[in-house]
Amino acid sequence: MTGLAEDTTAQARRRVPVRLPEGWFAWALIGPAMIFIGVIVAWPLVETFRLSFTDANLGGESWVGWENYADLWGSTKFSQTIARTFFWMALSVSLKLVMGLIGATLLNATVPGRALFRVLVMPPWVIPVAIGMIGWLWLYNGHFGMLSGMVQKIGLLDGPFEFLAYKNSAFYSAIVADVWVGTPMVTLFFLAAMQGVPKDLYEAAYVDGASRWYRFRRITIPQIMPVIVSMALLSAIWTFNSFEIIWILTEGGPRGATTTLIVDTYKVAIGNYKFGEGAACAVVIVILLALFSLVYLFFLNKVNRRYGNK
Amino acid sequence: MMDRYSRLQTLVIYAALAVFLTFILLPFVEMFMVSLRPLEHLFSTPYRFWGDDFSFAVYRQIWETVPLLGRYIFNSIYISGMVTAITMIFVVPAAYAYARLDFPFKNASLAIFLGVNMFTGAVLLIPLYRVLRTLGLLNTYWAMIVPGVAFLIPTGIWLLRSYLEKIPRELEEAAFVDGASRLYTLRRVVLPLAVPGLIVVSVAFFIGAYAQQFLFAITFNQVREYQPLPAGLFEFIGYQDVTWNEMMAASLTGVLPVMVVFLFLQKYFVAGLTAGAVKE
Repeated sequence: MTGLAEDTTAQARRRVPVRLPEGWFAWALIGPAMIFIGVIVAWPLVETFRLSFTDANLGGESWVGWENYADLWGSTKFSQTIARTFFWMALSVSLKLVMGLIGATLLNATVPGRALFRVLVMPPWVIPVAIGMIGWLWLYNGHFGMLSGMVQKIGLLDGPFEFLAYKNSAFYSAIVADVWVGTPMVTLFFLAAMQGVPKDLYEAAYVDGASRWYRFRRITIPQIMPVIVSMALLSAIWTFNSFEIIWILTEGGPRGATTTLIVDTYKVAIGNYKFGEGAACAVVIVILLALFSLVYLFFLNKVNRRYGNK
Repeated sequence: MMDRYSRLQTLVIYAALAVFLTFILLPFVEMFMVSLRPLEHLFSTPYRFWGDDFSFAVYRQIWETVPLLGRYIFNSIYISGMVTAITMIFVVPAAYAYARLDFPFKNASLAIFLGVNMFTGAVLLIPLYRVLRTLGLLNTYWAMIVPGVAFLIPTGIWLLRSYLEKIPRELEEAAFVDGASRLYTLRRVVLPLAVPGLIVVSVAFFIGAYAQQFLFAITFNQVREYQPLPAGLFEFIGYQDVTWNEMMAASLTGVLPVMVVFLFLQKYFVAGLTAGAVKE
């Protein structure tokens, strides 16, 4: 017995000198990735800031100071776009979270066939977004698409309805498609989190006679709260940045009704070759996202402290 | 017991699942139905869900009307494969450093990596275009591979780090005591043990890369022969007379490879992506 104890202390003593100066080695490992990101992301980001003070276009560029920003500041169209983007983000993210919670709860229920259902949820996440949108384009087609056809069959509409042709319906149609793309991932993350909740919590509550709804509200939700909050942040950032969905469905139209900041930036910079103005829009996006993330991380810290997560 | 449901409850669960899955699968059902329908019957009103003249003929036609379809599918697989391989080369060492080593600016540098996750390529298109032009990569496969890798690296470091942290430290220390160098330990001790984690993360990368090729392809590549599937097919939507049934057939055929990969490896895929977010 004493021999064993001596062994462990000897091991513990031996462990100390093993540590080598690690700094150089660590940076040798990280360096390549850092340099790559530096060239492909950081440098273009710096360039974007510089370009935003120029009137760069196909012909060349010259310094214009704050002019691009002044233009954006004075433009009601731009402030409407910002408001629309945040509305788009808030609505789409809340729908994704609600759908994700419902989906995860259903897929977590112990019913026969759930392994299959779990696989069936994933396709929108796995296939290229652009391909999924080709399907939605047809679904939204007023004359030949299934949605309009079904709604007419039921008798809610007398004639064809082009979902993407009117300002309001185009906006909400794009939201539905965006929710469709985002829901599977949120669902599966929530499901994974639900499966990680210790079973004995439920058993204890069950023995005490707590109803399913009570158990969901008072055990499941608090236990998976950190995942809910981090999924909310991730989806918010992705929804804010979501480009392909809107671009393929509506190209930002009709009459700008689905133009979010990212679509606006693309239209200005790539569509109209106004690189300087586009860069200024991009800088606004970067600043808004940074602010948003900071506020969010502050909030996340609070949630994690409250629900006892590191 | 607690996990049992009454017959009524089971019925409600199945009904709700049916509604949920209908929403998820509706576009695929619609695409499939459209692909089966002859073009002249596609544009007929009033709307009919079921037709009596379904045929699989377009699945043969598409190889003639979209002569490059095979090429597009190959390109998509090739680009995703390269993105996956190159990202792994960058990410494995870096993830190891964050999992195991203490070094100056560890948290600051990790924050920089994760900050990249905040952007998409769409914000940086113009300067990125110039960088790729300077490097001579425009209109090559690299024009799509290089940005793809850059935007996967942060997620990759994050995911792989949580795998490497689970490998017992004692094994490395044992190798050390026996006089193995740092690099030798990483290569011969850590990596072999990390193989399951590496596979999981690569599957997730491949599928992610397959899904995200559109924007870089339409912006940085004009060469049709190099276009990945979504960009290649999207070109047809611009045409005056879109043969929608063929579009749908081509789209469904095009996602078949990734669906097969996914169906075989779906367990690893989900495990790989949720590992970082869900505590053990």
